[in-house]
Amino acid sequence: MKILVGVKRVVDYAVKVRVQNNTVDLKNIKMSLNPFCEIAIEEAVRLKEQKVADEVVAMTIGPKQATETLRTALAMGADRAIHITTDLRTDYMELQPFAVSQIFQKIVEEENSDLVLLGKQGIDSDCGQTGPMLAGLLGWPQVTFAANIETDGKSMTVERETDSGTETIKISQLPAVVTCDLRLNEPRYATLPNIMKAKKKKVDTRAAEDMGIDLAPRNQVLEVYEPPPRKEGIMVENMDELIDKLKNEAGVIA
Amino acid sequence: KQQTKPFFLMIVAAVSRNAVATFCRSYSIRQLSSMMTSEGWDGIVSGPLTAFSEDEQMTRDAAKQWAQDKLKPLVRKMDDECKLLPEVIEGLFQHGFMGMEIEEEYGGSGLNFTSACLVIEEISRVDPSVAILADIHNTLTNNAIRFWGSSTQKDRWLPRLAKDTVSSFALSEANSGSDAFAMKTTATPSKDGSYYLLNGSKLWISNAPEAGVFLVFANANPEKAYKGITSFLVDSNSEGITIGKPEKKLGLRASATCPVIFDNVKVDPENILGDIGEGYKYCINILNEGRIGIAAQQIGIAKGCLDIAMPYMMDRTQFGTAIADFQGMQHQYAQLATEIHAAELMTYNACRLKECGLPFIKQASMVKLYSSQVAERAASKTIEWLGGIGFTQDLLAEKFYRDCKVGSIYEGTSNIQLQTIAKLMQKEYR
Repeated sequence: MKILVGVKRVVDYAVKVRVQNNTVDLKNIKMSLNPFCEIAIEEAVRLKEQKVADEVVAMTIGPKQATETLRTALAMGADRAIHITTDLRTDYMELQPFAVSQIFQKIVEEENSDLVLLGKQGIDSDCGQTGPMLAGLLGWPQVTFAANIETDGKSMTVERETDSGTETIKISQLPAVVTCDLRLNEPRYATLPNIMKAKKKKVDTRAAEDMGIDLAPRNQVLEVYEPPPRKEGIMVENMDELIDKLKNEAGVIA
Repeated sequence: KQQTKPFFLMIVAAVSRNAVATFCRSYSIRQLSSMMTSEGWDGIVSGPLTAFSEDEQMTRDAAKQWAQDKLKPLVRKMDDECKLLPEVIEGLFQHGFMGMEIEEEYGGSGLNFTSACLVIEEISRVDPSVAILADIHNTLTNNAIRFWGSSTQKDRWLPRLAKDTVSSFALSEANSGSDAFAMKTTATPSKDGSYYLLNGSKLWISNAPEAGVFLVFANANPEKAYKGITSFLVDSNSEGITIGKPEKKLGLRASATCPVIFDNVKVDPENILGDIGEGYKYCINILNEGRIGIAAQQIGIAKGCLDIAMPYMMDRTQFGTAIADFQGMQHQYAQLATEIHAAELMTYNACRLKECGLPFIKQASMVKLYSSQVAERAASKTIEWLGGIGFTQDLLAEKFYRDCKVGSIYEGTSNIQLQTIAKLMQKEYR
């Protein structure tokens, strides 16, 4: 089974971003591997260690610095990588999920992948659309928010987390697209020897602009603003006052 | 980048003439130029000292992540119990922090010295006791074997040192600290020369209980005074070795510091590192470099203190104001941050000098001297800024205060560093 894993280079989760000129200011900001993509790589590597998968290919779409993201994926155990280069912003401002999923579609078809594992969403754009769109374009089954995966390489049982509980879905026939959620696994740390060995693994590079895909955004971003600063809380004297405020001021109870 | 390379070539040519004249391990110009084409070069000369290569940055991030996620929760317990947890030592090996500069063919990561120092800094920022084990192992023992070991010795030891074997550096004795050459441990050759017998007592040996191998300095020819000092690689389960009880220390409590007694310990001559009687040179040379690692540790301590102090000061209010906003406090922490920055730059500059094959001994002494001073100031000030709670064990600040003190003592006391610097300064003006 060949697994293609999408890994995205995003703003590091610990960074406090600032908005400038109606956009998030990315200058000199620390970037990292998207946490959900990290979980996806971990799952793929585990499937390889269980001998269910025989090749894990990591793919990213981003600027030349995204090679670092690929290197982390390779250090975690991916066999080789594909770097689709673009200088377009990948945080929804320029390159959007529809274009991204078309790029993935093309690569999946070339690579003949049997399974595509993606993070459930990028922590920059929070769209969660690439997985479902890709499945739609490929005509493949999809399961999103996977919290547990079991497969023998031909069929797959996925537990997915929803707000009302866990749903178990059986995919009777691969290939499929699965997006990974937080509780799927705890990703391994890339050890130093593996980080250095990753330098020797194969990375194929191609320009997104050369793929014959219309990369233009389908949605126009009208405004980007920081959420209003959290207002100071107030102390209430008693239960009646609390209910009164919740009802008449906050408007959260009828 | 193309523009700066020729510029640097001119600088190198001018400095290398001095390089030969200075007391240091000599590097040929040929060696220097071959280093100039190596991969890490671009980041070294054309960028700021705080800009690191991709390898170095990834290495640093890996250490930071492990230290903050896995090590931090265990720090207080290890300090209380005066013992490193086995899972911590396993973690150091598994993540590759013990074989950093060892070549890949021996199971190491083939990283450079700067990367090793970055790892030591990041680990020290969380626990200097764990960092010192990794520092001694990487910068003293591993490198001594890499520099002066025979290929048989390298084949035998380096893979083990990268994988699962902790090492110790056994130099000091009760009566020979700064005056290391006054050591009394002897290595008596057998009549037929087929083995040596080590006899003596070493003191202040870090990592002794955990070590699988000791790099021991003993005198094989006391008549020649220090020119008889020879270095031996001694397997820790050799008969006749006794590890004494760990000292009860002020700081670095989790790092065991023990007497190590050698009673007719038989050592095969194939375990002599380098040449007989050259041991004094090896120990001087390796300590010249090792102390840059100690500087990295001290900087880690200083930054670790700020990591505690800054959020606290920004949160704690008195008289309606965050104490971080009082001008008096601002002046103090700004001053400290400036000194930490200076020490950091000195440290990574010393790393780069060493990597480039340029003279670095004076700078290494300066940086160890200065960083230990900055760390002490950082730790002391941090407790003051934290106030009452800084004085309790609720926070790790008091641990940094205790841990930093040995910085001005081990791997060359501050007074010795000052003397080294002074001597080298005189040489420059002669």
